[in-house]
Amino acid sequence: MTPAANQHISMDLNAITKVYPGVLALNDVDLSISGGEVVGLIGENGAGKSTLMKVLGGAVSPEAGSIWIDGKEFSELTPSEATRHGIAFVHQELNPFTNLDVAGNILLGREKTSGPFGRMDRKSMAKEVEPILEMLGTRFGAKDSVADLSLADQQLLEIARALSMNARLVILDEPTSSLTLSETNRLLAVIEDLKTQGVAILFISHRLSEIEQIADRVVVLRDGTNAGDLTKENIEKDRMVRMMIGRDVSQFYEKTDHTAKAPILEVMGVTTKTYPKAMVNLTLRAGEVLGLAGLVGAGRTELALAIFGTDARLSGKVLLNDEFLPPDSVAGSIKAGLCLVPENRKEQGLFLDFAISENISLPGLKRLSRGLFVDRAAEMELSESSQKQLAIKTASLTRAVAELSGGNQQKVVLAKWLAMNPKVLIFDEPTRGIDVGSKAEIYRLMQTLADKGVGILVISSDMEEVIGISDRVAVMRNGEVTGILGAQDVSEEAILRLAVD
Amino acid sequence: MQKKDIGLAVLVLTVGAVVAFINPRFLSPINLANTANLVGLFGLFSVAEAFVIVTAGIELSIGSVIALLGVIFVDLIVVRDVPWPIAMVIVLVLGAIIGSIHGWLITKLKLQPFVVTLCGLLIYRGIARFYTADGTAGFSFGDDFPVLEWLVSGRSAGVPHSIVAFGVIAVISWFVLHRTVFGRHLFAVGKNAEAARYAGINTTRVIVLAYVICAVLTAISAIFFAMYTRSIHPASHGSFYELYGIAAAVLGGFSLRGGEGSVIGVVLGVILLQILQNLVNLLGIPSSLNFAVMGSVILIGVIADTQVSRYRTSRRQAKTLEKLVPDSQPAH
Ligand SMILES: Nc1ncnc2c1ncn2[C@@H]1O[C@H](COP(=O)(O)OP(=O)(O)OP(=O)(O)O)[C@@H](O)[C@H]1O
Ligand SMILES: [Mg+2]
Repeated sequence: MTPAANQHISMDLNAITKVYPGVLALNDVDLSISGGEVVGLIGENGAGKSTLMKVLGGAVSPEAGSIWIDGKEFSELTPSEATRHGIAFVHQELNPFTNLDVAGNILLGREKTSGPFGRMDRKSMAKEVEPILEMLGTRFGAKDSVADLSLADQQLLEIARALSMNARLVILDEPTSSLTLSETNRLLAVIEDLKTQGVAILFISHRLSEIEQIADRVVVLRDGTNAGDLTKENIEKDRMVRMMIGRDVSQFYEKTDHTAKAPILEVMGVTTKTYPKAMVNLTLRAGEVLGLAGLVGAGRTELALAIFGTDARLSGKVLLNDEFLPPDSVAGSIKAGLCLVPENRKEQGLFLDFAISENISLPGLKRLSRGLFVDRAAEMELSESSQKQLAIKTASLTRAVAELSGGNQQKVVLAKWLAMNPKVLIFDEPTRGIDVGSKAEIYRLMQTLADKGVGILVISSDMEEVIGISDRVAVMRNGEVTGILGAQDVSEEAILRLAVD
Repeated sequence: MQKKDIGLAVLVLTVGAVVAFINPRFLSPINLANTANLVGLFGLFSVAEAFVIVTAGIELSIGSVIALLGVIFVDLIVVRDVPWPIAMVIVLVLGAIIGSIHGWLITKLKLQPFVVTLCGLLIYRGIARFYTADGTAGFSFGDDFPVLEWLVSGRSAGVPHSIVAFGVIAVISWFVLHRTVFGRHLFAVGKNAEAARYAGINTTRVIVLAYVICAVLTAISAIFFAMYTRSIHPASHGSFYELYGIAAAVLGGFSLRGGEGSVIGVVLGVILLQILQNLVNLLGIPSSLNFAVMGSVILIGVIADTQVSRYRTSRRQAKTLEKLVPDSQPAH
């Protein structure tokens, strides 16, 4: 029984309870949504947003509660049932098939075939996909390889996949976490458009300004329970924050004045494989927060990796405290006091099946050892103090990192580098998927580190964030630094002027 | 000891008890000593295999290396009159060289471990047969190496030295894998090589070392086997041993995807496989069914393992629910 594709959906989640070993992820949660409505779902890291969505998508079966779709009751859904009812997903964790091209990914399981032998018809697949890509304004085409896509592009790919299903309910779990402002705006416009077509949209985001912009109603989760709803006229940032975390977050962007000290990191004529012709010169001073802005693909991550040593640099030198860093040794960089919080935490930052404590201790394991042996008491002690410092929410530090919510996973990555007492810390999109409260904590942490004389380089696509936390902002375009803005000159327009040709 | 290991230990004891019940000869000192000897011999290269599997690699040339190094060892001491301690060192060094070549091909030329070691399997076996002109390498009447023989195939108080050697190496391996920084790096590289690189671990070095350790342990095992069989037919000596090692490691909880497993598990895996061998012999099961019995038990073991861990999760879930929501009754 397939519901008519054009019939508006009406969906009710009723008293859903979901238990994971050691955590009550959802406790009696209700949520309803119907066609033509945009519902914003917000809550702290680990509040249960993704879990609730997984219940809807059939990825997770709840222990109690019921799901009503178009007046029919289900105790749980399977993924294929969810699809059949016209529910489409944009997952928080991206898992594209890197061996397929863009069209192959978007139409996975719904490939077009031609001829008697069911040969894949790439042409008509590309034709079907192209209008969607155009609507989203992607940089990549239908036949491009997915292996080379940046995280932002992968996110757009995932969104295109959901849109291609002609769904009646589209669930977006932090779809904009690595998108730039213009991409985000385009996505919000697409959502508006879908809404007028009668599609129901469930929108999860930690970027509250987006919620303000797009949502007709907001549902707040706190610690796995309903913490209240807001109607359209009441959707307002401070109110949302208060409902999410039960208190005000004062002084979101704290900026202490860092009197410029001596240069601590000097990047001299560095070129990367992606932009072999663009030489970068950059100076970071001790106790300074230097923002690195630019469009996605401007070469910021490539620069950071070339400095850190995960990608060998083509030419140029990096000087840290009068000491030249080896061109391709991460261990050497770490030893010299340079650490990097990578962009893609799942692949580069974490060992998902390992215990939280083992993740935190890994880079500094040599210092935590007696002779050849790991000092496991010291390891535990370190993790406990990290947990306290960053408020990592978990039942136990011996739990696998995979069991943490996205935001808490990011905190584990931060913890492991903070434990190294770096002199220079590079953050690549540090607050992606992090809730407001924790964001404020991370900003405060950056400021404290800077006060102690640590040099901080922050790559961020979140304009507001870059402007809010940086003492200076360097803007990149096509692999080159096109300008550096001081605290007085920095503004969204100024950055964009330097970022776009 | 991990929960998995306890489950396996229970399985070993159960199978052992069943065999002993059906045929009490199983517990006779002679049979126990023989079984222990075999556990020692097969255990050495199974632990070797584990070092490679934990890095998400595989070593398929173990059997061929045992044949080749065995032939060389016998040739050195019998034909070329090389003093046996020097011959031993030569064989160990050759093992280290083989391991480094494998490691180099895998890390520097980015070849897949399966392919590299499969080629090794063919190449070393071929060389071993060529070396002896397809003949048998062995000791002729009157060759006498009393010290070597006592050391490698002798017994102290009835305990075969092979199992003593295996015990020592297993204990050292346990410390290396589960307690040292290098061991943690082995697991990390096997689990997520990219994240390991970002954490400043020299992944190339770790992987090459894993293959070197594996090959050196295999070389030790080659000496033990050479002295045990005393005559080596290079066409069949050590055949399928790599699969035996892989089976023991998998039974012991090592995942072929890397980053998982415990040395205690491999030890128990080896013991279980040997008891099964014994079972086939003692119960008069046609020895042609040997492999079939082993294969079935491994399959059952692996299935049981996944089922038990699923059951354990659901029990933990139920407990959590009870603790947090005392009056709740799950609807389904
Ligand atoms: N597979 C799992 N096993 C055990 N616990 C889990 C698992 N997945 C999630 N949890 C726990 O369930 C709770 C809710 O997690 P969920 O991912 O739904 O949070 P979230 O609201 O999406 O957070 P974020 O904003 O960080 O994405 C968390 O406490 C988390 O640790
Ligand atoms: Mg989430």
